[in-house]
Amino acid sequence: MSNNTGTAAHHVHRDDVGAKMGMWLFLFTEVLLFGGMFLIYAVYRYQYPDQFHIAAMELNTTMGTLNTIILLTSSLTVALSIAALQKGNKFLSLCFLSITLLFALMFMVIKYFEWTTKISHGIYPGSPELLTKPNGQILFFGLYYIMTGLHGLHVLVGMVVISFMIVFIARDKVTSDNYVKLENSGLYWHLVDLIWIFLFPLFYLIQ
Amino acid sequence: MSENNKHHISYGTYILVWAALIAFTSITVTIAGVSLGRYTLFIALSIAAIKSALVINIFMHIKFDEPIFKVFLGISGATLFIIFLLTFFDYIYR
Repeated sequence: MSNNTGTAAHHVHRDDVGAKMGMWLFLFTEVLLFGGMFLIYAVYRYQYPDQFHIAAMELNTTMGTLNTIILLTSSLTVALSIAALQKGNKFLSLCFLSITLLFALMFMVIKYFEWTTKISHGIYPGSPELLTKPNGQILFFGLYYIMTGLHGLHVLVGMVVISFMIVFIARDKVTSDNYVKLENSGLYWHLVDLIWIFLFPLFYLIQ
Repeated sequence: MSENNKHHISYGTYILVWAALIAFTSITVTIAGVSLGRYTLFIALSIAAIKSALVINIFMHIKFDEPIFKVFLGISGATLFIIFLLTFFDYIYR
């Protein structure tokens, strides 16, 4: 390493396109993971349309809408933080990432209240009250818990990833001319948002 | 490949896309309250598709990125579509 000439030292061995390609490939495995669940949802909704409608009435549309707005806005702040870093504004980039983290936390808090309300009403997988309901409703709530649960897990992972990015930017590991890590984290966060865009109408907006 | 020809999107564009996403969300919530029978699901999914197109193209930069990423996206979308199609063929004509 030390025998590099001045110009050679300037050339950093790095492949941003390759890094992003790897990220996109990972995102497609995520799409297929959730895709399988959406497939199960589609088949059972086709089989029990009325039961799904009755069960979905139990969900709180206001909380769902609020979470949609929060997640969409957090997607915006991630995009803005990348734009800020591209312009060389490290402070603004850190601000936007911190706001994203705050939105993610708000999302999880609302999710927590939503789930605990459901659970206190006796609706959770395998609960005696749920098991007295018809099959279609049991399936709806099973899918509701597993799909929003897995999505919530992705939000938590995203929060960890964004926290790392905040540290990286603060320590100049991610800078205005080396920000592919931040871009990839952004891609992950947008995917989490994308999945929610479909979860929201399928669970909360069946009237 | 080179850093110089990367397309940088302005703050304004991002905020505009965000406003559109919020607008589509309020439309989908409003429409859900109106009884449209069997079209409700179709409309809800169409709005979700428009929202994802905005997120993928602008927020995820697909529109300005290397063409290979578009190919990737097309293949994964097609795979998912085929899986859905085959499953429903199997299920409906069982």
